[in-house]
Amino acid sequence: MPIISYLAHPQDGKKESLINEISQLSNCEVIPAENKDLLIVVTDTNNKEEDEQLKEKIEALDSLKLLAMVSGFDTPKNN
Amino acid sequence: MYTSLTNRRSFIKKMAAAAAMTAAATMFPGIVFAKEQEAGIPSGNLDWKKGPCRFCGVGCGILVGVENGKAVAVKGDPNSSVNKGLLCVKGYHQTMCIQAKDRLEHALVKKNGTYVKTPLNEALDLVASKMKETIEKHGKDSVAMYTSGQSTIPEGYVASKLMKGAIGTNNLDCNARLCMASAVAGFLTTFGADEPMGCYEDFDYADYYVTWGNNMAEMHPVLFSRMLEQKNKRGSKIIDFATRTSRSSAASDKSILFEPQTDLAVGNAICYEIIKNGWVNKTFVEKHCNLSKGLTNMGYGLEDNYSFTDKPEKINFEEYKAFLEDYTPEKVAKISRVSVKDIKYLASIFGDPNKKVMSLWCMGVNQHTRGTWMNNIIYNIHLLTGKISQPGNGPFSLTGQPSACGTAREVGTFTHKLPKGVVMNPEHRELAAKIWKVPVERIPAKPTYHTTEMFRAVDRGDIKFIWTQVVNPLVSLPRTSRFRPGMEKDSCFVVVSDVFPTPTTDVADVILPASWHIEKSGLYGNSERRTQHWDKMIEGPGETTPDAWMTIQVAKRMGYGDLFPYSEENHVEEIYNEYRQFHEGKKHGMAPLEVLKKESGVIWPYVDGKSTQWRFNAKFDPACSNGEDFHFYGKPDGKAVIWQRPYEPAAESPDEEYPFWLNTGRVIEHWHTGSMTRRISVLHKAMPHSYVEFHPKDAKALGIRNGEKVKVSSRRGSCVLPASINERGLPTQGQVFVPFFDENMLINDVTLDAFCPISKEPDFKKCAVKIEKA
Ligand code: SF4
Repeated sequence: MPIISYLAHPQDGKKESLINEISQLSNCEVIPAENKDLLIVVTDTNNKEEDEQLKEKIEALDSLKLLAMVSGFDTPKNN
Repeated sequence: MYTSLTNRRSFIKKMAAAAAMTAAATMFPGIVFAKEQEAGIPSGNLDWKKGPCRFCGVGCGILVGVENGKAVAVKGDPNSSVNKGLLCVKGYHQTMCIQAKDRLEHALVKKNGTYVKTPLNEALDLVASKMKETIEKHGKDSVAMYTSGQSTIPEGYVASKLMKGAIGTNNLDCNARLCMASAVAGFLTTFGADEPMGCYEDFDYADYYVTWGNNMAEMHPVLFSRMLEQKNKRGSKIIDFATRTSRSSAASDKSILFEPQTDLAVGNAICYEIIKNGWVNKTFVEKHCNLSKGLTNMGYGLEDNYSFTDKPEKINFEEYKAFLEDYTPEKVAKISRVSVKDIKYLASIFGDPNKKVMSLWCMGVNQHTRGTWMNNIIYNIHLLTGKISQPGNGPFSLTGQPSACGTAREVGTFTHKLPKGVVMNPEHRELAAKIWKVPVERIPAKPTYHTTEMFRAVDRGDIKFIWTQVVNPLVSLPRTSRFRPGMEKDSCFVVVSDVFPTPTTDVADVILPASWHIEKSGLYGNSERRTQHWDKMIEGPGETTPDAWMTIQVAKRMGYGDLFPYSEENHVEEIYNEYRQFHEGKKHGMAPLEVLKKESGVIWPYVDGKSTQWRFNAKFDPACSNGEDFHFYGKPDGKAVIWQRPYEPAAESPDEEYPFWLNTGRVIEHWHTGSMTRRISVLHKAMPHSYVEFHPKDAKALGIRNGEKVKVSSRRGSCVLPASINERGLPTQGQVFVPFFDENMLINDVTLDAFCPISKEPDFKKCAVKIEKA
């Protein structure tokens, strides 16, 4: 059950649309910076495949310039 | 203990978010994530309690969410005008250190070389009897206390009362000597009154922020974010004047680099230009300033028992002008490596009568063998142009520690200080004796040991008992290579109060288990004269006890019970009410406790229910009484002093054998010696160890690769660290930089115990080292 955090850099002037688009994806939480064009994205999925798919979905967003992974946790299901 | 899956997952998510925030903070100076505070907060009935942040002198207001007696969340206090709901990475995660497994929960007494868990009462009996016995055998000046700019106001107050009022020795100093003493000496010599005249609201009006040797993006992150906000909103400009390219430089409009120690010369060159170009505010200078010079070639305090007293002498404007002829931009450019154009540019910022300018500085200016002079020179620039004590216009000396102002400076936990004034002044001693209810003769009129000299005296065997509180000197002192063996000697009985084990507790004979920040009530005072109160929020583990209460307990055991009639329940309130009497009046009146309990901090002077935001300006300050627009009432004649202070070289400069400058400092992730932040896993993971920064050209010449182990040595000691090339910061060529937070890489074994002869503050920014592959 991977939990991953990323720094997501929006395209110029696209911070708000990136926030909206990522917020609509399930298993995703967005924390926008107050004063910079940067978002933190935390994903929480059931397995590696789901995690990969979700990452691909985020990377496909037009408003995204760059997605950089910061930390990853893989927690066993019953822990 | 059972932890539900949901709880565990939400905790891990919070950790993941925190790791990303920390990474972001190191990449983008001043970045803030207000929403994360709300997002990460557990649902349920949290009881939010207000207080100041534990970590730095900015003094952000925090709200701690408490559930079932546990601190489960921290967020910025939206009612605090300091941070308006924002916090930096250290602020968000501060309470996480409470969970550290190696917390000191019980007293430990060293018996036959091993630490034995001991009931606190017994340990306090031992401390009191040792202190008493030492005084009886060797006199009262054989015992000492060393406290902190992180001690609360009541903790500092009872330490001062015990040492100066009860025992009758001035053997009390604190770690603010290592960070703010030059600022204090600067304020007292120029204005006769300590602490900044302005307040943080200045940020909202200034057109320029000139930062002098100050990496605010990492050291004062929330204030830096306020500057960035104004830069975006109003086009204010940040000018970074430093010896190292840092995160702050990257976010500034202009970065100007200078050769270490030559800030003195550049400051004087700015004054030269201001006069030459007719930018002096003549009416202001004539009405409100005197000019003076002091002694020069003072030395550097490198020898034990060094002493120095300045001899001020009045001069006239023409003499000052003639002195500045040595500091033309052309001459100064040669020694400072700052171009003539940049010197003229800096001068023109201050010289423009239509621009509001704030100067901001902290350790670069203060930790300087001519730190008092450097503070004086910055004030000279603002006094010559009359840019002072007005919204957006003024010199602003920033503080490092959360209560360096409130406790160290206002309560006065320095050897020469009293809660009001100094021990040398008979009136100040009279007042202290009256409030403390002790005979005035008991308070000695002569200061004894400042910090460096105090630890030299321990090493020499002159001090035979020392009690340290809220401080980790064996990581933070300069030249720990001398002071660690000194503290280990049997000649001195060492008592250390702390929350976690440190290299200082390692040499203790008794370790006392101190309460952490929110496990006790207290008051702090931040950089802008703001006093902040908090109530105890949670219970501490084991026998942990507030330092103030342990001091009171020892005082009682030593027979001074009548001077310490405080109750365990209400001692913070009782002590504050007693302390407030020292500052009564329009110049320093402190807000009553009832007001502090309600508000998210109150700025002093608090007069007729109102804070004084800009001191010495008659429009804002009711203490002004000379009928003029400005009144520098700290000085008897109401005038501030423009000081003639020359450039003099550093105590030790690079030479053939030791060809590099060593500069030391901090990083955003860690607070000072890291004893708390290295126990907060997200901060520790983000910055797990120290390093030595090189300029890429120097690294290339030495054949050193990034990450490679390198030995940094001076004439005092050495330290092995991994090399860092063009990562967090970039020192100028010929200089290396090392953060001091890591107790496993003790860079202070290498630094030099030279200090400013006036302030006695050591210079951690300049000494000579050589570099070898380890
Ligand atoms: S800027 Fe300083 S006071 Fe504010 S949250 Fe960060 S460490 Fe705490």
